[in-house]
Amino acid sequence: MKPAPFDYHDPTSVEEAIGLLASHENAQLLAGGQSLMPMMNFRMVAPDHLVDLNRVEGLAGIEVDGSTLRFGAMTRQRDIELSPEVERRCPVLREALRHVGHCQTRNRGTIGGSICQLDPAAELVNITALHDGTLQAESPRGIRRLSLGEFAIGYMTHALEPDELLTAVTLTPWSQDHGYAFIEVSPRRGDFAVVAVGILIELDENDVIRRAAIAVSCLGPVPIRSAVVEAALAGETPSHDVLRDAAIEIGKLEAVSDAHVTAAYRQHLARVLTYRAFECAVTRARARRTA
Amino acid sequence: MTDLRHISVRVNGIAYTCTVETRLTLADMLRHELGLTGTHIGCEHGVCGACTVLLNGRSARSCLMLAVQADGFEIATVEGLAQSNGMLSALQQAFLESHALQCGFCTPGMLMTLTELLAETLEPGEAEIRERISGNICRCTGYQAIVAATLLAAERLRQRTGAV
Amino acid sequence: MAAKWFGAPARRKEDPALLTGKGRFVDDIRLPGTLHAAFVRSPHAHARIRAVDATVARGTAGVHLVLGFADLPESLRKAALPLLVPHPAITQPFMPFALAGSEACYAGEPVAVVVADNRYIAEDAASAVTVDYEPLPAVSDCLTAIEPTSALTHADAPSNVAANFSLNHGDSGAAFTGAAHVFADRFHIHRGGAFFMECRGIIATHDAALDAFTIYLSSQGSHRIKRAMLDVLDLHDNQVRVITPDVGGGFGPKAALYPEYPSVAACAKLLGRPVKWIEDRYENFIATHQERDQWWDLEIAVDADARIRGIRGRLVHDSGAFVPWGVVLPWIAASTVPGPYVVPSYNIDIVVALTNKISTTPVRGAGRPQGVFVMERLMDRVARELALDPAEVRRRNFIKPEQMPYPVGIMFRDGRPVTYDSGDYPASQDKALEAADYASFAARQATARREGRYIGIGIGNAVEGTGLGPYEGATVRVSETGKVIVYTGATPQGQSHKTTLAQIAADPLGLSYEDVTVATADTADIAFGMGSFAARTAVNAGSSVHLAAVEVAEKIKRIAADMLEVSAGDLELRDGFAEVRGVPGLRKSFREISAKSVGMPGFSMAAGATPGLENTSYFTPEQSTYANGTHLAEVEIDIETGQVKILRYTVVHDCGRVINPMVVEGQVVGGVAHGIGNALLERIVYDNSAQPLSVNFGEYLLPLATDVPHVDLHHMQTPSPLNPLGLKGAGEGGTIPAIAAIVAAVENALSSFGVTISEAPISAQRIVELLGAEALGRTR
Repeated sequence: MKPAPFDYHDPTSVEEAIGLLASHENAQLLAGGQSLMPMMNFRMVAPDHLVDLNRVEGLAGIEVDGSTLRFGAMTRQRDIELSPEVERRCPVLREALRHVGHCQTRNRGTIGGSICQLDPAAELVNITALHDGTLQAESPRGIRRLSLGEFAIGYMTHALEPDELLTAVTLTPWSQDHGYAFIEVSPRRGDFAVVAVGILIELDENDVIRRAAIAVSCLGPVPIRSAVVEAALAGETPSHDVLRDAAIEIGKLEAVSDAHVTAAYRQHLARVLTYRAFECAVTRARARRTA
Repeated sequence: MTDLRHISVRVNGIAYTCTVETRLTLADMLRHELGLTGTHIGCEHGVCGACTVLLNGRSARSCLMLAVQADGFEIATVEGLAQSNGMLSALQQAFLESHALQCGFCTPGMLMTLTELLAETLEPGEAEIRERISGNICRCTGYQAIVAATLLAAERLRQRTGAV
Repeated sequence: MAAKWFGAPARRKEDPALLTGKGRFVDDIRLPGTLHAAFVRSPHAHARIRAVDATVARGTAGVHLVLGFADLPESLRKAALPLLVPHPAITQPFMPFALAGSEACYAGEPVAVVVADNRYIAEDAASAVTVDYEPLPAVSDCLTAIEPTSALTHADAPSNVAANFSLNHGDSGAAFTGAAHVFADRFHIHRGGAFFMECRGIIATHDAALDAFTIYLSSQGSHRIKRAMLDVLDLHDNQVRVITPDVGGGFGPKAALYPEYPSVAACAKLLGRPVKWIEDRYENFIATHQERDQWWDLEIAVDADARIRGIRGRLVHDSGAFVPWGVVLPWIAASTVPGPYVVPSYNIDIVVALTNKISTTPVRGAGRPQGVFVMERLMDRVARELALDPAEVRRRNFIKPEQMPYPVGIMFRDGRPVTYDSGDYPASQDKALEAADYASFAARQATARREGRYIGIGIGNAVEGTGLGPYEGATVRVSETGKVIVYTGATPQGQSHKTTLAQIAADPLGLSYEDVTVATADTADIAFGMGSFAARTAVNAGSSVHLAAVEVAEKIKRIAADMLEVSAGDLELRDGFAEVRGVPGLRKSFREISAKSVGMPGFSMAAGATPGLENTSYFTPEQSTYANGTHLAEVEIDIETGQVKILRYTVVHDCGRVINPMVVEGQVVGGVAHGIGNALLERIVYDNSAQPLSVNFGEYLLPLATDVPHVDLHHMQTPSPLNPLGLKGAGEGGTIPAIAAIVAAVENALSSFGVTISEAPISAQRIVELLGAEALGRTR
């Protein structure tokens, strides 16, 4: 299982990287390599040109900018996992990262690589959807910002032009005492999720839901946010019945089948995990409010 | 036209230079260009962990890296764990005493992953050890002896450093 | 002689090299001038091969050779690979050729071989070989295969039945008529594989001056491979030498002769250079033999007291496209069913089906896990239907130790009637139940249910034929330096033979095991050998080593007695010396005795003396010796997600006397991990066109460290009466009862929902399906 031959390029600046993408056909970007290299080793992909981003300056790093967290696209997943800023402001991101592969893969894997791969089970895509994250891309035509909805246009297909590079991901964490949970079911530790649910919730001082967000992965090509469920939760007290009803609604979302997993099982998991994740998020919100 | 690059790496403290095809994986470079066959290839798609090495101290799957990407890096492989006089590392010694290897094929990857863990903490619990080696597949031992060996090594290292 | 090393937890001699990256696996061996092979494989599960065009491949820079079937030497074209275990019941003994000629019968079958400067170029060239295939209908499962309307696995064959035979004991008619209860069920055990961490690999070199091959192979038996290669290449005796170096796991499939091996050898001879082929993991998924994959339809008849009157039914076994292991595998599975129970009548019809998939040959457990699974599921069914405790049902049916030796009444695959030689099955279960706190489980389960948690417990009992013949040999030799070397055909893949056999040799010779070197698996070192599979090496090689070492010890004393002018009975061996008991200064070293033993030029040997200080023994067992064990699994099920967690795992294991307890414990725990995989995780999936769908480690799930619990292991030692050291095999006992115990525990955890399970592996998804609305839990 050896990769087919290619011309290798290791640019040191974003401009250079974009220039290479613009001037070469059948080029692939190499970020952490944890998804691309297996496919190349299997010869499922065989680019003529490989543009390695690992030496590009200025593409990695975590910035706190007022209320937002900005991640350079080449920031290693492990660095995000271990970041005290992330733990403090966006703990659900850290909780989700614990499910991403294994320590060895997170040492190399990047946030940008995962988001561009758009695997339906990708935890980082779920978290981006959950936070209405913004993606920044750069091309010879300049910089543009996209929502995840604009970025993800199909099954494992993004909207970037062939000469465009994802350079940053920005999330706006919720208020300081927000509740959160990320739960997934996978066959073994570190495996791709069968279904994953990310939840954010804010409770007011009367234990009433100020706002809630839920992102469900693996039912379709991209994580689903249910505006209907989220709207219904706002203004409610998070009782068992309220959470159960939300779970039932989520369980009605359409899901895909494949050789190993049925749609029915995915829908079932979406329902039960939604309940659990909400229960956990509410518990945390209450604890953090009184803390 | 074969795409070649000239690279320099340090492996276990020794500097090497070689000219490699850009598609040569790091695992193949270590094994076949440098003759360091201790790092093993088990799957070439990043799941089994047999090829795990340390890159600038961090564990990584060498089957998923190109040799050219390692230019300028410090790489640690299993061959560098024992001291030059042959004395095994605390972890290797604990493996030997605990029967933590049978066929030995996954062992180098296990050792590198656990070496990284013990560099981070000398008080790993059993669950943490199992979690950390969940990216290293062993088909022989059932993992029990590996966990026991790691706990033993951690305890000895704590005593050595005087940590409680 | 004091047994100092036998039974000791001696540290392994293999470890210093393996721990420091100095192991020598096939791919680590570098011979000057080596070229590298890659195979072109059929992408179709079934197809006629019309033409192979290697023009572009041959023209690629760095490519030295491309062979299709037509380019093979005559011996590889005129006959298929040999069937090593023929049997009259096999009516269609299909075997593969080194390269497929006119018909490909499984996706992955080798069609051409490319040899190049390195593997990268070889793969480039292999992808440039164009093959004109005419796809044919493919047979993807064994039940459909045996229906008269099925497509044919081999296009010109009359049917897809390779063999059909039965095992019969007792009168099933009488057993079933008038039985108080008869229960029937269908069981399915899914295909799985060995998935050793080191893929297969071979280096072949041909010496034109000697007209002989030297082959380095990751195998489980150098001698058998040598014999098969001689056969298939039309050579004799020392024209083939096979050396098996370090092997990164075998578990069964590395015992076979695969098509790649003679192909690579042919390339080496044509090129006059060493040729190396290392299987990659994708090839391992499609071209290394797999196992399990059986459907059983069984009925059990019991009396009102839950005593078995009879079992009967049918086993349909998926052999894949060929029969490289004959009917051994289904035979073992079927003959394992009675297990530790008295089964007065047992009648099973076995149909061996051919399908367009890679062949099945033994993988750790070798059919026994399936046999135990169906028997234990039937026992649990009886318990459930009769509202009895599952342990009690078993207790009422055990063969008692005083009934040993116990004839089961059927033939085993070793050609002998199944006769259990020793073992205490009731005590084994009792010990396991006690260690697992079985008696208090019902209360624990009730408490858990009140807390909304679902826990279950399951029992698996197994009796396992081990130490199979025909033999394994050992030469124990005191070398010129006085050090002891043991040569044997035993072929370890992690079982620690280089340590355990040294322990056995050390005691009669009065040495430390550190002073005994064990050299394995080189056909040049010892004339005959079989290899390490089926938990046979301790018994066969261990006995041979012991017998040979005892003989050598006697000879040392005889010669030393002569040199010292004392009687042999006055001598004892200690630390490399033969010394007169009580007179420490009066002694001769092994080195001196060795020098004496080879004589001097021109001088006669002493009367009756033979040259050298060595002995070669081949232990030939009369029959298998039967090990046994009991597994208790305790699980918790998350009924909302279907996920299973093993809370507790208890094993009682009786492999007779134990050479090295650390080694046995490692084998058992490793075996349990394999069983957990079979019970919960491992499933090879094919689609309806027999296309393999599980082709990487993301799709085929091996147990990780987070999947295997701590195993609580208890030994029993019922010595075998069938070999001098009282040994039984230990390599598979961890796996064999595990599937049964775990699935039983899952079913027990879900018993309040009326769920029953007759399949393995059982997945979280399946558990949710079986639970129906109950799985909605709190979201109901």
